[in-house]
Amino acid sequence: MHKKSSKNFLSAIGYKRVTLEDLVVDFIIYVFLILLCIVTLYPFLNTIAISFNNAIDSISGGIYLWPRDFTLRNYERILVGNPAISQAIFISTSRTLSGSLLSVFATLCVAYVLSRKEFVFRKTLTPFVVFTMYFSGGLIPIFILMRDLGLINNFLVYILPGMIGAYNIMVMRSYIEGIPESLIEAAKIDGASEYKILFGIIFPLSLPVIATITLFVAVGQWNSWFDTMLYAGSNPMLTTLQFELQKLLTSSLSMAAADSDAMMNMGDAARTAVTPASIRSAMTVIAVTPILFTYPFLQKYFIKGLTLGGVKG
Amino acid sequence: MTSLGEKIAATAAGKPIFNIKSPLIKRIINQRQLIVLILPFMLFVLVFNYLPIWGWSMAFVNFRPGTSIFDSEFVGLAHFIEAFTDRNFIIAIRNTLMTSTLRISTGFVAAILLALMINEVKSIPFKRTVQTISYLPYFISWVVASTIVYTALSPSDGIVNTVLLQLGLVREPVPFMGNPDYFYGIVAVSNIWKNVGWNAIVYLAAMAGIDPELYEAACIDGAGRIRRILAVTLPSIMPTIKILLVLNIGFLMNAGFEQVYLLSNPSNIEASRTIDIHVFNFALRSGRLSYGTAIGIFNSLVALMLISVSNYISKKIDGYGIF
Repeated sequence: MHKKSSKNFLSAIGYKRVTLEDLVVDFIIYVFLILLCIVTLYPFLNTIAISFNNAIDSISGGIYLWPRDFTLRNYERILVGNPAISQAIFISTSRTLSGSLLSVFATLCVAYVLSRKEFVFRKTLTPFVVFTMYFSGGLIPIFILMRDLGLINNFLVYILPGMIGAYNIMVMRSYIEGIPESLIEAAKIDGASEYKILFGIIFPLSLPVIATITLFVAVGQWNSWFDTMLYAGSNPMLTTLQFELQKLLTSSLSMAAADSDAMMNMGDAARTAVTPASIRSAMTVIAVTPILFTYPFLQKYFIKGLTLGGVKG
Repeated sequence: MTSLGEKIAATAAGKPIFNIKSPLIKRIINQRQLIVLILPFMLFVLVFNYLPIWGWSMAFVNFRPGTSIFDSEFVGLAHFIEAFTDRNFIIAIRNTLMTSTLRISTGFVAAILLALMINEVKSIPFKRTVQTISYLPYFISWVVASTIVYTALSPSDGIVNTVLLQLGLVREPVPFMGNPDYFYGIVAVSNIWKNVGWNAIVYLAAMAGIDPELYEAACIDGAGRIRRILAVTLPSIMPTIKILLVLNIGFLMNAGFEQVYLLSNPSNIEASRTIDIHVFNFALRSGRLSYGTAIGIFNSLVALMLISVSNYISKKIDGYGIF
C-alpha cells in the first residue's frame, strides 16, 4: 500500500527515473549478496558431494558440487553394522525429544505463573530467573555439583541442568501477557482451577510461542556437544552424534595424511574402502539433515521468537 | 503486629498461630495452585544455577577430589595470586579480550551492512532467497561448522587455498589452522559466516518500521541512494544499534567456549588459549580444581561488573535496562 502510493506520488512529480548511482549501487549489492549465498552454501554442497563420492577417488581432489564416482558406501559404513554410531543417533534423538518436551512443559508453567500480575512472588522470582542469564558459577563448581548429584555418565545430565532457560521463559511470558486477562477472570468465576486455566485456556492460545520454544530447545539439544564431552564422553552408551562427529574430526586431522598415502597404493582393493574424510562428510550430512528438514518451520517460528524476544526482564 | 502473648492466647483459644488475616499469608494461601506450578522448577534453578556458588569455597582451600572442603587446608588468596603470576593465565586474558572484541565488533558491522544491503533489494523473491540462505548456518552446530572451517582452510585441498593460489594471491598454501597469527581472524570470520544472516534480522525488522515518507522527503530534496541510506536508514536503526552494542559489553569476557575449543589445536594454542580453555585444559583436566575455581570466580565477577555497566548505560540511553 505504502510503497505503491509513494511510487505514484514520486512518478507524478517526476522522481521515478533511475540514476547512474542507482544502477551502480544495485550492481554492487546484487554481486555481493550472490557471493554471500555462494560462500554460505558451497561448504554444504561440497560436503554432500564428497559424502556420495568414492572415498579413494575423493583423495585426488577436484570434487566441488557434484560427486564424480557416485557411491553409497560411505553411508553404508556408518549406518550398517556400526553400533557406536547407531547408539549415538539413538541418544541424540532421545535427548532431543525428551529434553524439548520437558523443557517446554517447565517453561510454560514458570512463564504462566510469572505472567500473572497478582502472583505474590512475581517481584522476587522474576529477577531470580533473569539473573541466571548473565551469571554462571563457573565450569569447575558446576562440574563438581554434577558429580555430587550423580549426573556424570547419566542420561539425565542432558535434560535436567538446561531444563529452565531464562530467555525462553521471558519470551513465553511476554506472549502470555498478551492474552486478554478477561479470559482468565471469566474462567475463575466459573470456578476453574489454575491448572485448568493453564492447560485448557493458556496452552491452546499459546501454541505459536510453544512451537517457537520447542524448536529453540530442540535445535539446541540436537546440536549440543559440550555437555557430552564434559559429563558423558567416557561412556560409549551415552555419546551423541555431534560428539562422535567431533571425535572423527580430531582423529582424521592427525591421520589424514598417512591414511591417504597408504590407501592410494592399495589399488583395486581400496575401491570399496572409506577414508576419514569421506566418513566425516557422510556424518556431517547425517548431523545436518534433521535441521534441513525442519528448516522451513525453523525459519518461520524462530523469527517469530526473535521478534517476540525484544523483551525486558 | 500482634504480640507473642496475644499469639499464645490465640492458639489457646484454638486459633492458628499464623495471623490468617495477614495479607501476605492470605495471598499465599489463595495462590497455592500457582505456587505448586512454579515451585518445583524454581528448586531446579536454585540447584543448577545458584548452588554452584557454594563451590566457590574451593578457591580458598587446597581442594583434592574425593575429600570434603572442610578437611582441606585453608590457603586464603594463594590460588588467585598463583593465577595472576601465571604467564599462561595472563595470555588467556589477552586472548579472551582480543577474540571477543574482534568477534563482537566485526559481527556487528557485518550484520548492519548485510541488513542495509538486503533492505535495498527490490525483488521480493531474491530478497527471500538471500535471507533463507543466510540464516542457514545459524542452525548448525559448532561441531559441524568447525568441520567446515577445517575442510575449507586445509592447506592440501581446502577451497580457500585453492582460490588464493588460482588468483595468484599466495605462492604456496597457507597453513591457516596451524599458525596462531591467523587464529583471531579465523574466529571472527567463521563467526560472521555462521551468524551474520541471523543477526541481520533485528536490523531488518527495525528498517521495516521506517516511515516511507522519510524516503520521499529525502528524494524530493535530491538525495541519491547512498545519501538516503546514510541520512534515513542508518539514523532510523541507530537506537537498535546502540542497545545491541551496549548489551554486547556484557559478553566481553566470554570468547565463546565451543567455537574456540573446536577451532583450537596444539599449534595455535598461543592464540586460542582463552580463559575458558585455560580452565578446562589446564585446571579441570589436570585436577587443579582450586586454581581453576579461583579463575572462574574472577571471570564471573568481571562479567557481572561488565553487565552492570552495560545495564547502567542502557538505562541512561533508553530509560530501561536489562534487569
